[in-house]
Amino acid sequence: MKIVTILKQVPDAEARLRPGPNGVDFSGVTFVIDGMDEYGVEQALRIREEGTESEIVALALGPARYEEAIRTALAMGVDRAIHIETDAGLDPISQARVLGKVIAGEEADLVFVGGKQADWDSSALGPAVAEVLGWPHSDWTISMELSDGRVTVVHDADEGSEQLELPLPAVITTQQGLNEPRYPTLPNIMKAKRKELRKCTLEEAGGAQPLTELLEQSLESRERRNVMLDGDPKEAARELVRRLRDEAKVLSK
Amino acid sequence: MVLIVAEHSDGKLRKSSLELAQAGRELAEALGVEPVGLVLGSGVEGVARELARYLPTVKLVDDTDLANVRAEAWTSAVSEVAKSLDAKAVLFSSGRTGLSVAPRVAVRLEAPLLEDVTSLGVEDGMLVATRLAYLSRVTERVRARSLPVVASVKPNVYPLPSEQGEGSMEAVYVSLSERDKRVSVGEKRKPSGERVSLDEATVVVTGGRGVGGASGFESLVEPLAARLGAGIAATRAVVDAGWRPYAEQVGQTGKTVAPDLYLALGVSGAVQHLSGMNRSKVVVAINKDGDAPIFKVADYGIVGDVHKIVPELTEALEEEGS
Ligand SMILES: Cc1cc2nc3c(=O)[nH]c(=O)nc-3n(C[C@H](O)[C@H](O)[C@H](O)COP(=O)(O)OP(=O)(O)OC[C@H]3O[C@@H](n4cnc5c(N)ncnc54)[C@H](O)[C@@H]3O)c2cc1C
Ligand SMILES: Nc1ncnc2c1ncn2[C@@H]1O[C@H](COP(=O)(O)O)[C@@H](O)[C@H]1O
Repeated sequence: MKIVTILKQVPDAEARLRPGPNGVDFSGVTFVIDGMDEYGVEQALRIREEGTESEIVALALGPARYEEAIRTALAMGVDRAIHIETDAGLDPISQARVLGKVIAGEEADLVFVGGKQADWDSSALGPAVAEVLGWPHSDWTISMELSDGRVTVVHDADEGSEQLELPLPAVITTQQGLNEPRYPTLPNIMKAKRKELRKCTLEEAGGAQPLTELLEQSLESRERRNVMLDGDPKEAARELVRRLRDEAKVLSK
Repeated sequence: MVLIVAEHSDGKLRKSSLELAQAGRELAEALGVEPVGLVLGSGVEGVARELARYLPTVKLVDDTDLANVRAEAWTSAVSEVAKSLDAKAVLFSSGRTGLSVAPRVAVRLEAPLLEDVTSLGVEDGMLVATRLAYLSRVTERVRARSLPVVASVKPNVYPLPSEQGEGSMEAVYVSLSERDKRVSVGEKRKPSGERVSLDEATVVVTGGRGVGGASGFESLVEPLAARLGAGIAATRAVVDAGWRPYAEQVGQTGKTVAPDLYLALGVSGAVQHLSGMNRSKVVVAINKDGDAPIFKVADYGIVGDVHKIVPELTEALEEEGS
């Protein structure tokens, strides 16, 4: 079985974003492999460890700095990686066109991708890649099992969870709850340095034009009252109720 | 025209779909075209009739193969209708269903996707949207480079539409392929005991690890929520500990809420949690640690033990008769 795991590199969740000349200043921000994508890497490794002979390929589309995230996946146990290196700000739909082409060329059976990327807060990549490939997908997957060319999953739907059965090949979008991703060990980090990391340009991968254009960015900030209420619990609670009623006007009746 | 893909459960339109009708009406007016509703499912005439109170035209596709949400079947149905009506925009609400189907429709129609947007407008004939990015820490304005456009609209942003009398209803037929039906939908598990749906709640009470356990939810969170008619939410730490079901999780990997009033009890305020609630109108935080980050995003804060303060708060509200 050939498994492709799509990777993104995103700002560390704890990183402090500052306002900058073009809206938001990302300089000095640490970038890490997207936590949502790690679940897919882990799941691929488990499929192999549970006895299905597999080749696992990490696939990423992004600027040069992505290499670090790719190395993390290689150190976790992925066999080899493909890096489509580009600074172009492609929207997820255009990204999916490029990634889909590469995946089709790899003749993969299963694709993992994080359920929601922490850069554009988008959950479009998985479904869009599936559509480009003409494959079914499962979104927000919390458990999965492979058998006879089919994958049975439980995923989160709008109202609670739901079981789906999909024929392979398929795209699975991953999230918390699917597994507990492992940490790379030191020997595996060393080994990862010798693994194949193939780079290609966006044009070599088929090229794509962005469908959307970013006009501006700014730090989301909401004016908060930041009023701290003191006193003993009873007084503080009563003062809170009074303020919610009279000042914030959010208590009905 | 602007196509508005409505969703429903238990024979009723979702609140988010009503909001979507409003978003669709506004966008259609800005584009100088008609808004058209679309209802997919099995036995959906009642739902279509409900939608026709808000929109001049509603199309319905009544097909047992659309009863369950299968992304491919929905993609085919929506795309076919959008093409036949020459839609300028196709709108979904950005719940799980919309987020899953909209990208596929965008690929199928070779259209740009404006995802999980908080506003939609027209500038120089092109669609421009505002949305959040980077774990909801950044607001961005994005322009689509061509028409048609597929967009998903965040729930709890647009107001409910006013009724406009009886719109026309028309059943349309779409041809689904075997491929569209290849995913089979099995058992569904709805969260039990969910009194007020989190997506629709105007008040949300959230318990974090600080409430101390499942019993803390029963003794502190539930009575307060009942008093306020509020939905109950939890942090990931709470869900991971098994105190509450995943469906109640708010944050990056859970739900996004934006109620009028959000009360965080024993919640530290990690970025991943804030990204799911930072658009709430008024935020109250109760935490024994005065340095907890949640206070930075709070309108009102009380430093103290939730076990002492929350019962007093519930009682004070009772006295208030609210
Ligand atoms: C990829 C990823 C995705 C994530 N997604 C989410 C998500 O969707 N949602 C989410 O919530 N988290 C998410 N997290 C986890 C997040 O980083 C935090 O770990 C989590 O939100 C912490 O939950 P908490 O506030 O309940 O617990 P804690 O951080 O342990 O905070 C408990 C708080 O309770 C206070 N407290 C303790 N006892 C009392 C008392 N008696 N009275 C008053 N206060 C008290 C403490 O001072 C503390 O501030 C994610 C993390 C990652 C890496
Ligand atoms: N939501 C968006 N839609 C379209 N383009 C975007 C969006 N967000 C960022 N971009 C563009 O993508 C470039 C790279 O962004 P990033 O992938 O976040 O490093 C930015 O410089 C923008 O030009």
